[in-house]
Amino acid sequence: MSVLPYPLLALSLLLMWLILNSFSVGHLLLGSAIAVFASWSMAALRPSKPRIRRWDLLARLLVIVLYDIIQSNIAVVRLILTGRRPGHHSAFLAVPLELKDPTGLALLAVIITSTPGTAWIEYNSSEGTLLMHILDVMDETEWIDIVKNRYERLLREIFE
Amino acid sequence: MSHAADLPLWAAIAVSAFLLLGSGLALIGMIGFTRLPSFYQRLHAPTLGTSWGTGGVVMASMIYFSVVGGRPVFHELLVGIFVTVTTPVTLMLLAQAALHRDRAEGDPTVPGSIAADTEAARDDAKT
Repeated sequence: MSVLPYPLLALSLLLMWLILNSFSVGHLLLGSAIAVFASWSMAALRPSKPRIRRWDLLARLLVIVLYDIIQSNIAVVRLILTGRRPGHHSAFLAVPLELKDPTGLALLAVIITSTPGTAWIEYNSSEGTLLMHILDVMDETEWIDIVKNRYERLLREIFE
Repeated sequence: MSHAADLPLWAAIAVSAFLLLGSGLALIGMIGFTRLPSFYQRLHAPTLGTSWGTGGVVMASMIYFSVVGGRPVFHELLVGIFVTVTTPVTLMLLAQAALHRDRAEGDPTVPGSIAADTEAARDDAKT
């Protein structure tokens, strides 16, 4: 067993410790010890280890998602306050996904859930089909295009 | 809170603006709860509070305590991160429960199980 089976997890734990307590040498040592012991206990659970291939694309995805969340916040606020525009309706939408990596799928779930107006309902892993619910839709193909080209393509490049 | 009066004007304006944005979004999310007609539509309303609703309050808190404390305070970011990461779990549980109920009742507005659909399609192809 290596000293640091999950280096990213250990680093995140140490950063979290230093953010919660103000920075000092004592806290750096204590935080490092906690991070190492916590990643050993994590190793006992043997979770799948994500491999992040493209950090630059991860940063780009983050910017895109933050922008989209602002946009959809505005769209949902308008819908709740002024009512539905003519021609728009809410609908279920089945999206065929090629993304198989569990971490990538988890991140996609976080993106779709955090974006108001889209909800992750059900995922079938054997078929690779995602069932979503869209609050305000005029053209379903537009949403399939957003999920597939805007998020899934980047996620596949990052994790697969 | 005793230092609130020492806050410079620009910080007071920024803190109030972000607080109003965050709490306003949470309020509108709650209005959505009462106005949206179906369960699946109501699922979308609270995500206003968990995205920029939380974001606004977190920003306000970071600015206030950084200015008052005279040093950068950003542990509130952890609140934002953990709210974002845990929301899908609750939302999926609720959606799955509703979907299960509606399918058991045979509600025609809800799409059938994806696996069941393909099985039915395969049976159709056989006959």
